[in-house]
Amino acid sequence: MNAISSLFRFKGGVKPDSHKDESAQTPIQRAPLPSQLIVPLRQSARAVARCVVEPGQTVLKGEVIAVPEGPLCTAVHAPSSGMVRAIEPQPIPHPSGLPAPSIVIEPDGNDRWIDLKRFDYQAATAQQTRDYLRDCGIVGLGGAGFPSHIKLGPGETGIRTLILNGAECEPWITCDDRLMRERADGVLAGANIMRHITGATRVLVGIEDNKPEAIAAMRAAAERLGNATISVIAVPTRYPAGGEKQLIRVLTGIEIPYGKLGTHFGVQCFNVGSAHAVFRAVEHGEPLVSRVMTLSGNMAKSGNFDVLIGTPVRELLPLAEPRSDTDRYLTGGPMMGVALQTLDTPVIKGTNCILAGSPTLFPPPPPEMPCIRCGACALACPAELQPFELYWFARAKIFGKTQEYSLFDCIECGCCAYVCPARIPLVDYFRFAKGEIWAREREKAAADVARQRYELRLAREEREKAEKAAKLAAKTAAGREKAAAALAEVEKPATTPEEDAKKALVAAALERARAQKEEAKPENTSDLTPEQQAEIAVIENRRAEIREMAKPHVRQDD
Amino acid sequence: MLEAILVMALGAVLLGAALGYAAVRFRVEGDPLVEKIDAILPQTQCGQCGFPGCKPYAQAIAKGEAEINQCPPGGDEGIHKLADLLGREFKSLSAEHGIEKPKSVAIIDEQACIGCTLCIQACPVDAIVGAAKQMHTVVAAQCTGCELCLAPCPVDCIRMEPIAETVDTWKWKYPVFPVRQAA
Repeated sequence: MNAISSLFRFKGGVKPDSHKDESAQTPIQRAPLPSQLIVPLRQSARAVARCVVEPGQTVLKGEVIAVPEGPLCTAVHAPSSGMVRAIEPQPIPHPSGLPAPSIVIEPDGNDRWIDLKRFDYQAATAQQTRDYLRDCGIVGLGGAGFPSHIKLGPGETGIRTLILNGAECEPWITCDDRLMRERADGVLAGANIMRHITGATRVLVGIEDNKPEAIAAMRAAAERLGNATISVIAVPTRYPAGGEKQLIRVLTGIEIPYGKLGTHFGVQCFNVGSAHAVFRAVEHGEPLVSRVMTLSGNMAKSGNFDVLIGTPVRELLPLAEPRSDTDRYLTGGPMMGVALQTLDTPVIKGTNCILAGSPTLFPPPPPEMPCIRCGACALACPAELQPFELYWFARAKIFGKTQEYSLFDCIECGCCAYVCPARIPLVDYFRFAKGEIWAREREKAAADVARQRYELRLAREEREKAEKAAKLAAKTAAGREKAAAALAEVEKPATTPEEDAKKALVAAALERARAQKEEAKPENTSDLTPEQQAEIAVIENRRAEIREMAKPHVRQDD
Repeated sequence: MLEAILVMALGAVLLGAALGYAAVRFRVEGDPLVEKIDAILPQTQCGQCGFPGCKPYAQAIAKGEAEINQCPPGGDEGIHKLADLLGREFKSLSAEHGIEKPKSVAIIDEQACIGCTLCIQACPVDAIVGAAKQMHTVVAAQCTGCELCLAPCPVDCIRMEPIAETVDTWKWKYPVFPVRQAA
């Protein structure tokens, strides 16, 4: 069964308490319909879908409410049947907590689907299937939300190995674990469809060895499927084993260098949830309108829930009963998650966990102490960076140096801050430095555009000046010539007889031409009936009116 | 003796020819220093420095005719960069040239606009569209916030608005921690 004889290791990593048992014990429950659904149009900085519904319009579950614009965008669907109440800025799950345009839908309670049709992927070309997945709104459910139809493309060298990421290395989160335990057949069917699209020769499912039930369920499903190209592999539990580059390293031994992707080496990595979404879309015709997510942390009834996209977090929380001392909420896990600014934030496709925090469960970080250059962060860094150097430069705002030390290789996993004995929030510094560098790049691009436009304007002004001068010169030259000609006419001596004869000939010819012109009259205006003449008069009137209207409008009243 | 003089003279002629050729062959078009200075300037083209644009200011700095602290949109950061590039001492922004303001965009009150085209002529980056006796409007993405369109407007229908932070322009803040007073 196991197609891999030995596993590889990635450098660094940490082993935090996993806290999986809190939420992994109970089966996935379906969350009730919320009172409103808030579906953001923004999918990433480079992908904002175009809304195609209007307030007051009724929609069915799975109906397209926004169409993709640009290559990195996917369609957006109504998560339930109901009425579009508004299209307005609403807070979205983003560290800023700022609002962005969203479609607000009031469910009618029927949860009525559109007509669902199975998609015959075996009869379709790979491109057709990818377009179908784009129109079903399938994106990565691991967190980043990258469109799956792009990742399923052939890339540079084609895809030979497909990796399903079931590592779920962040503590507390168990949604992938429960999904693999309960819906293993669907996950593997999705993987099979992906294998068909990409033409991969093997599928590796990587699951951390702290999830024995999920591994067993997936192995059983693989056996039922009877497909020898799929192998389910237990990987050692070590955070961040679920990082894309780390999992590829562990399973295949390929180390992906800076600026390259897995596709450059024929490897592509998908979350198990994404595979399940592909299965639902292809075999059942269901667009992506719900996902499985974990509610855990400081909660009495932690668990996993099948939640409609767009459900406000506020309406989800009663399901898991947060304890009374809960003082804040995180989206994502404790290592990489970001604080929720408001509970009105909706669940989006990339939301895998809502974690409740309390002063005792996740105490506020102790004050930052000076760095003692112990190097623990460098040993823990799975991207093999030197966080302490990055820290000095980010803190001093020397951003050029942070880039020299490969700041953009940082995956913000939080291992460095986790091991730091001085309790320095290293990741916060790295995020700050990245944000500043991006802002500078935006400013630089804007300055370049401004410079170009300014230079174009200067060139245009120069050209116009030259043209004006040339025109003026031509005008005066022509005037002078005319004056000179008139003068010459006056001063000309008496004409010779030959010239007189020529002139007479020209005059005669002109006279002939005039006479001919007078003779030839337009034929369609003679012999008209009175009705036709009346019609012509009407048309002439209309023409005069239009001419009147076309004149520049002058205001009469002031 | 004569031989030595001849050898030296020959050497001088050869080297002179080589240098002369190199001077023509590897001639640098334009002043690279001006380009470098111009790359640091924010390209607002506002003229607050006293020159008709960023490029003329860059040329003046390169010639040593202007101080490096005359660019309010560039702010202290821009002055630091210029100081680093030119090996000069940092000076804080000169007050007579203006103060550093948040980045803004011009907005035309389209109800009040009379269509005089004066602002179109004033805009250094052609970011205002319109025609005589037609409504004008600012292409916000191309507006540098130079404020040059404010003065010519006969009906004062243009105002500057600071650019609001959006999800796409939001940045992580510099990590700071509340300092607790020791009891």
